[in-house]
Amino acid sequence: MNSNQLLLEVRDLRVSVEGLEILRGVNLTVTPGEVHAIMGPNGSGKSTLVSVLAGKSDYTVTGGQAIYEGEDLLALEPEVRARKGVFLAFQYPLELPGVRAWQFLKAAVDALREHRGEEEMGAREFDRMLREKTKMVDIDPELVRRAVNEGFSGGEKKKNEVLQMAVLEPKLALMDETDSGLDIDALRVVADGVNRLRNPSNAIVMVTHYQRILNYIAPDHVHVLLEGRIVRSGGPELALELEEKGYDWVKESVGASA
Amino acid sequence: MTQSLTKPASYSAALDALRRSRGRSVPPWLSDLADHAWARFTQLGLPTARRGNEKWKYTNVAPIAKAAFGHAWDLDPDEDPDAGRLRHFGLLDESWVNLVFVDGRYSNSLSSGPQSASGVTVTTLAEAAAGDGALLQQHLAQYAGFQDDGFTALNTAFLSDGAFVHVPCGHRSGQPVHLVFLTTNRQSPRASHPRTLIVVEENATLTVAETYAGPSNEQYFTNSVTEISVGGGSRVEHHRLSLEGSNSYHVGFGRVRQGPDSSFSSVSLALGNTLGRNDFEVLLDGPGGSCDLSGLYLTAEGQHVDNLIGIDHAKPHTSSRLNYKGILDGKSRAVFGGQVLVRKDAQKVNAQQADRNLLLSDQAEIDSKPSLLIYADDVKCSHGATAGHMDQDSLFYLRSRGLSPDVAGRMLIHAFAREIIDGVNLDSLRESMEALFLDAIPSKSLPIGGKP
Repeated sequence: MNSNQLLLEVRDLRVSVEGLEILRGVNLTVTPGEVHAIMGPNGSGKSTLVSVLAGKSDYTVTGGQAIYEGEDLLALEPEVRARKGVFLAFQYPLELPGVRAWQFLKAAVDALREHRGEEEMGAREFDRMLREKTKMVDIDPELVRRAVNEGFSGGEKKKNEVLQMAVLEPKLALMDETDSGLDIDALRVVADGVNRLRNPSNAIVMVTHYQRILNYIAPDHVHVLLEGRIVRSGGPELALELEEKGYDWVKESVGASA
Repeated sequence: MTQSLTKPASYSAALDALRRSRGRSVPPWLSDLADHAWARFTQLGLPTARRGNEKWKYTNVAPIAKAAFGHAWDLDPDEDPDAGRLRHFGLLDESWVNLVFVDGRYSNSLSSGPQSASGVTVTTLAEAAAGDGALLQQHLAQYAGFQDDGFTALNTAFLSDGAFVHVPCGHRSGQPVHLVFLTTNRQSPRASHPRTLIVVEENATLTVAETYAGPSNEQYFTNSVTEISVGGGSRVEHHRLSLEGSNSYHVGFGRVRQGPDSSFSSVSLALGNTLGRNDFEVLLDGPGGSCDLSGLYLTAEGQHVDNLIGIDHAKPHTSSRLNYKGILDGKSRAVFGGQVLVRKDAQKVNAQQADRNLLLSDQAEIDSKPSLLIYADDVKCSHGATAGHMDQDSLFYLRSRGLSPDVAGRMLIHAFAREIIDGVNLDSLRESMEALFLDAIPSKSLPIGGKP
């Protein structure tokens, strides 16, 4: 593999929360165009991994590195990571009463463009772009006139995360259980939206508990995270095997301690 | 309850000057009222003794009592060097009826002129008293009593120009009325005692705003009293804008009486100053009445703001909603006293009250005391008070989309404030208030930054 093509390289990452070690040496290499699925039982550290990469401050990095486009990702403020193309689709998107979605998205796009040395997008041009994106992810355009996520259903909130992703066009999308809490129709809509956003120059790291979403978003690599370590990596067939045999099978086969 | 008597001498001299300038044009009942109020004030003084005085427990008025404020009877209210500021604020909307007072005196040049067109009367108290005066006599000082309140007694003693609004039975007034009380920087320090009486008869509507504004660097004292009578079946939308200068003292006393099936809404917006007090009480005096009181206060540095908001459910089937919000920065302090009283026979009452505060600094302080006094048994009441710093998870959500902590923080603070400002139904007023308040919201001392 040509190292120039690396988008993200996580090396022996160790992370604690309030003195408790959650990630115990995670290694992960992501190149553009790839979709990685990280699977694991509850409490294995899946959300911690993507949250740390996005810059959430409740975590303490005790060891290891995350190199993003050749740069020390963990040294950057969260907003700088975002401007450089890192995006986290939240497991529980926050409701922001009084923050109008339109203004929020416009401010985000402006911040991104300013970072790239581009001019602010005109309101009309932004409107047009936003309308296109709402179509692309099949979201009610009226939702962007309202406050961010306020009173949205679970499905609407997840769709709204995908809309933000469509608007910001990240290079590295970290998706934290985007499939949870969705019925089968909503899951299909969200997956279709994500698939439309896939291209050879971006990558997706998808954290999920269930194999279900992988029927719609086909991963190139599947990793099993167990007690803070990636204990097994493989192709799409690994997800099917997990679905069939359960996480206990991995636990036994790697001989993980309780 | 003992209250110390401080510096009545400076007021006494000003009052003598006022009496001379009033001359014989004032009807005897009005000068008697003012004299009684003055006598009461000399007994009460200002409430500097706070021990055992729940109403003033957290607010020290000693600086007001100690200062010797002048009064400006001799200055020409039409020659105000500062009046341009009003237009700059977008406060003087030409499509409204504007009644402007400068340093306590009616300004002919800034006002749209006293009106009694289409049956609605908007004029000065002096003008109204000089006429028939019966209406005035019937309502003035009937809602805001001065027996227990030194500031109100002082205001009543100084009754002179003031504002008078009267809406007759069945009149649905489309034109908003704006009462503006402006202090200028022509002479300092100075006191004024703005007085407002609003009488809306039955089945009528009125939209009204009271604005208090002054120069930012001067020390001055505004002591206002407002009385509003809302007749049965009437609807009044009221706004109280305290845009006083940051070094000023503002003590406001408002009393509202509502008849049956009436509705009253009030939005109070206050920029911080050295001492700001808003004692506002609504009496729901007829079945079916409802009121909605909301407010936003903004404080910074060493400012102090005190809201004492009361709702008296005297009759059954009345409802009220009280929703105040504060944004506190620096070493400022806010006091919120919300008191909802449900009297013994006032069944089927619905009352909600909330006071929520956003603290932008670790040194800011809020004393919030919502209270419910319920003597009836079939009522639905709720109350709550919160105070907290900015939500770090919300902040992270915005930052994770590329927004700087500063932009994200302001966005969240604006969102917090906007709920109240959005309650202003008048477009031009809401827009100017949104610009003014959102602009005034501090961003420097936000307790946010990178990783801990």
